[in-house]
Amino acid sequence: MSPAMSIVRRIQTWLFILLLVASAAMGVVLWQLRERAHQRLLAGQDSAPTQAPVVSPEERATLMVANDADSSMQPRELTLPLPQDDGSRARVILGKLLDLYALPDATHPVPGGAASIGQVFLLPAENLNGSPAASAPARNAGPAEASIAAARGVSVANSGAGQKNTAAAAQDGGPELAVVNLSSAFVASHPSGIEAETLTVLSICATLHANLPRVTQVRFLVDGQARDTLAGHADLTRTYLASDAMPTEGTNP
Amino acid sequence: MLDRLAIRSFCNQVVSGAVAAAFIVAAAGLKPGCLIAQETAPAQQPIPAPPAAPRPATLPAAPRFVVVLDAAHGGDDGGGKFGSLLEKDLTLALSVRLRSLLAARGIAVVTTRESDASVVPERRAEIANHAAARACLSIHATQTGSGVHMFVSSLPPQDPARIAAWKTAQSAWVTRSLALEGVLNSALLQAGMNVTLGRTALSSLDSMVCPAVAFEFAPAGGQKGEKPATSLDDPAYQAQLAEALAAGLLAWQAEARQP
Repeated sequence: MSPAMSIVRRIQTWLFILLLVASAAMGVVLWQLRERAHQRLLAGQDSAPTQAPVVSPEERATLMVANDADSSMQPRELTLPLPQDDGSRARVILGKLLDLYALPDATHPVPGGAASIGQVFLLPAENLNGSPAASAPARNAGPAEASIAAARGVSVANSGAGQKNTAAAAQDGGPELAVVNLSSAFVASHPSGIEAETLTVLSICATLHANLPRVTQVRFLVDGQARDTLAGHADLTRTYLASDAMPTEGTNP
Repeated sequence: MLDRLAIRSFCNQVVSGAVAAAFIVAAAGLKPGCLIAQETAPAQQPIPAPPAAPRPATLPAAPRFVVVLDAAHGGDDGGGKFGSLLEKDLTLALSVRLRSLLAARGIAVVTTRESDASVVPERRAEIANHAAARACLSIHATQTGSGVHMFVSSLPPQDPARIAAWKTAQSAWVTRSLALEGVLNSALLQAGMNVTLGRTALSSLDSMVCPAVAFEFAPAGGQKGEKPATSLDDPAYQAQLAEALAAGLLAWQAEARQP
């Protein structure tokens, strides 16, 4: 073997070793970056559920908390930071209600917590006797507009006139329909049973009505889609009258 | 839109019975949103009704007392899952037990299922409505709470109408359903059961044109945090429930016979 060849082979060997070390080092760095990204993701999930902005002023809210033991609902007053926008405010309040249900010693245990409330859309309420008030889009109009319209059974084609009606209704302070978009994870983990499902639905309706008295009707979506039942029993295709969900003294809902 | 041929064909089947005074207009297989039309003679209850023509010189035959037992879920729809137990099996077991007790007492029983079969809510209501039942019981089971939960449709009570919307047909019967719930509640309390009453929105219940109650049984005893005293599939517990329900339905039958 010539000296030149020997030098080339030595350089090749060193180059190979260098590349091997570089590959191993890159592997370690990539692993650390992956771990860091995973931690960041987890931290993001922890803070995601409807945390009200810290700048929001603290206000009193009333939660209608269900109790499986006697099939009742009891009001519970809380002070928490609430956004000014009604839709966001409704979402924060319902998130707090579901946080209570996710606690280990909950009177109405339902896993999921605040992350189970996707959005709450507020629309002018329809006359349930058949005369549609306005084919209006949601005040939080966005990509879910079509789903909300589907929940109401109206078309989104005439949204121009609808927006005017919505604005007018909002200014007038007329009755409103709340469309609550639940997560499919919440529905999948919800305990099955007429009592459990009815209490969840009614406590959401009653909590909305207690804090936003203009909300007179409530409908439910799951991941933006209409769904037949909550967990096999409670009908989610119907429009619930929020005032009917409010318990009267000494009676069950 | 209603299919007139389907209506006529359906009416021919239903009106063939002497006491059938109601018919259901089914549009495209009774989809939600179709209509129920009740054809009633003046001053008669929509369902069940006495014979169309009174028999002279003889007492009118008493309408048959029919009870519909609707064992919830079935087939692919297992309902709630409680450990190794499935709601569909528990409801069927109680339905079969109660059917036997009622049949032994001379009450005609119609069931929505006798095996592990899928029955959609519309079909359950359709079976109940065809039977012209005096009482409809939708049987459910749950692990939540304790004792027995009974529910009546949360639809607002309305006067019987000639044409009723399919999804709110029960509204004309809510008052009678509350009365049935009261009679069953008394029987269950007498049997020492812990009973809670409420209103709910169940699609099959809302479409029934009969006094209808959703009956949901949870494990007996055992307060919050404690282990329930009995399991849902305990034969003795199910027998106790069936006996109490049978006693309640007998009391309801006796009440119905009173002038």
